[in-house]
Amino acid sequence: MSIPQPARPSGSWEQLLWTFTRLSGLALLLFGAFSLAMGFIFGGRTQLDLPAFMRWMFFPNPNHVVNSDIPDVTAGWSNAFWQIYSLLMVAMASAHGLNGVRMILEDYLRRPLAVLVLRMLIFGLWIAALIVAVYVILAS
Amino acid sequence: MRGVSVLQALRYRGRQGMVSWTLHRLTGLGIVLFVGMHVVAAFFLQQFGDPVATAVTAAYESWPTQLFVYFCVLYHAFNGARLALMDLFPRLLRYQHELVWLQWAVFTPAYLLPAFFLIRGALIPV
Repeated sequence: MSIPQPARPSGSWEQLLWTFTRLSGLALLLFGAFSLAMGFIFGGRTQLDLPAFMRWMFFPNPNHVVNSDIPDVTAGWSNAFWQIYSLLMVAMASAHGLNGVRMILEDYLRRPLAVLVLRMLIFGLWIAALIVAVYVILAS
Repeated sequence: MRGVSVLQALRYRGRQGMVSWTLHRLTGLGIVLFVGMHVVAAFFLQQFGDPVATAVTAAYESWPTQLFVYFCVLYHAFNGARLALMDLFPRLLRYQHELVWLQWAVFTPAYLLPAFFLIRGALIPV
């Protein structure tokens, strides 16, 4: 029996996005694991409840932990490192997620014009998500 | 998947791959739905104290929604990791059925244990 091969799409752009989806997915797992580990190192085990810890893991923003037992979020939980970190996370996650929505919807769209409109809409949503993310992260 | 009716889809027996494919799409859409709703609701809540945004926030902070979102994120993460690793290392495709069972073996406790504490924390006040 021969070894099966992955169903890689052809066409450079689709193939680039195919690779991006896999690499960003794995990267997001590592990002989540790292913020989870840092949350424990900062003493989150006794200062956060489970929902707050999950919020921090998925998006390490001080707003996600400010209503917990942490005496001062500026000590470790809120600084330029987490700002750059969460910006990278949002940029990757929104591209990963919106590209996934695009792929699902394109399975159900036949007309080229509809696909074009969808792609422009998805791209606009991604830019909007980036602008919102920059505002939220720099303001918190 | 073009032009497949719901009835045809239900009759199709794709076993493991079909379940993974469907759950991966549904959980992915669930994450997009939750994150999009959360961003919009948080904006209107913080800027205007909007009553609709307050209601939406209360809905997604409730424990059933937390269980749903945690299922979506955890399943999508584990299944995506399996897919990405198989695509990056095609030799793993030899063991794809075993990997699905391994994924469920890791997913089940990783989901049920926090789910237990989420429900207990919500129903029994500390």
